[in-house]
Amino acid sequence: MPTKFTVLAAAVAALSLSLVGCASTPAASTSASAPAGTTTVTVFAAASMKGTFTTLGKTFEASHPGTTVVFNFAGSQTLAEQIVNGAAADAFASANEANMTTVTGAGLASGQPKLYATNQLEIAVPPDNPAGITGWKDLTKKGLKLVVCAPAVPCGAATVKVEQATNTTLSPVSEEQAVTDVLAKVQAGEADAGLVYKTDVQAAGNTVKGIEFDESAKATNNNSMVALAKGPQAALGLQFVDLVLSAEGQKVLAAAGFGPAA
Amino acid sequence: MGRGSVMGRTYAGLPRWLYVSAAFGALLVILPLFALTLRLDWSRFFELITSESSVAALQLSLQTSVASTVVCVLLGVPLAMVLARDRFAGQALLRSVVLLPLVLPPVVGGIALLYTFGRRGLLGPAMDVLGVQIAFSTIAVVLAQTFVALPFLVVSLEGTLRTVGHRYELVAATLGARPGTVVWRVTLPLVMPGLASAAVLSFARALGEFGATITFAGSLQGVTRTLPLEIYLQRVTDPDAAIALSLVLVVVAVVVTVVTARIAERGAR
Repeated sequence: MPTKFTVLAAAVAALSLSLVGCASTPAASTSASAPAGTTTVTVFAAASMKGTFTTLGKTFEASHPGTTVVFNFAGSQTLAEQIVNGAAADAFASANEANMTTVTGAGLASGQPKLYATNQLEIAVPPDNPAGITGWKDLTKKGLKLVVCAPAVPCGAATVKVEQATNTTLSPVSEEQAVTDVLAKVQAGEADAGLVYKTDVQAAGNTVKGIEFDESAKATNNNSMVALAKGPQAALGLQFVDLVLSAEGQKVLAAAGFGPAA
Repeated sequence: MGRGSVMGRTYAGLPRWLYVSAAFGALLVILPLFALTLRLDWSRFFELITSESSVAALQLSLQTSVASTVVCVLLGVPLAMVLARDRFAGQALLRSVVLLPLVLPPVVGGIALLYTFGRRGLLGPAMDVLGVQIAFSTIAVVLAQTFVALPFLVVSLEGTLRTVGHRYELVAATLGARPGTVVWRVTLPLVMPGLASAAVLSFARALGEFGATITFAGSLQGVTRTLPLEIYLQRVTDPDAAIALSLVLVVVAVVVTVVTARIAERGAR
């Protein structure tokens, strides 16, 4: 028979659970709700790693019984900012060198960061390619609705690099904050073309068409990873880094369109 | 102890613990704003908010917010009048739908606008024929701001219209005034203070618009990158500039709130 007290207790429990859900770091929420006896390893990874790392997380859990891998996927700069501000993470995977330097510079890394994959730009167009884009040169066409990343974010920095190396000036109609925003505008058909990563095109399936261009080699993004010294499970963080670097990890990354680490 | 007033001072009749909770509530709002000012690099403040990209964003934000406020008034006043004065089937539904952007995440509004006014949207082909392209233009920014700000004007003006009541309008009509004359000479002058504060509110909402703009209009300096978008972008490269610009928006928000409160006070008198 439910008494007043049990109802109250249930309400308090529900409330405290929802409060735990509000905690800022995923580590806090899962370590509280995970069943007793399990350890949680928290990995902060660039948004572009979502598909591959989720797969590798399952592999890691299978080979480490009782361990749960929790991911925080976001822009590298956001993650670096969170880590420097004290977020409890065990490993960090950055999509570019600058944000890795933010973390290593703050003395938070355990050991040297390791390069584990490269990514290059690719042109994404709507499946019917309304503007008839065939390569980099077509991006300077007059009246073309081209969307790129803002120079401040990694994919935009890569775009600027290719522009400088090829001595071309693009006039985009929009400079987005994130590569996913560029992709979304191409998928919606608002943009005739967008500059995104190869892996984004691959992940988008048949909602966009990818056009590779040789000039993209001028700006290769180096993805690097490091375990974090202050992480609650730094040793496991290091093991996850090792998994990404292993032959098995590299296979998963290659399948998603990443290039091997240079 | 009886109820009512204790000599001299108004008796609020509130328990003490309520004040403790209230203080926490106030702190929750005040503390982050205070923390923001602590992080500000005051020596570079002026330089930061007058950089080329900041000025461009500020200018664009002011222009588009004024434009969308005008559109809000032009469309919102009639809407509020219809909702407050007339009775018709589906009125309650219409009101809920019009107020929807108040509770909708702005990014959802942006997606909805995209599928309406976008190139491949509902009205896309028709607009193509007319040679109008809205996406990635300043018009898209105004449209997004109007979408999120309109309910503020409608809901607050409808309230004013109901409070003011029907009486004077009925008298004017009995004396032979046509409906148009009643609206211009009686209703509008009566609700003017309410309309002013409603317009200021929607201006403020337009100024802060982010989600719908970034989804629907894109982000390009001087064309679609308004102040909130600029802040979001600067946060990555130059956090100091982002903080300085944030403070500008906070100051504008404070001014707007004070002005609205003043107008409302005067209207109540």
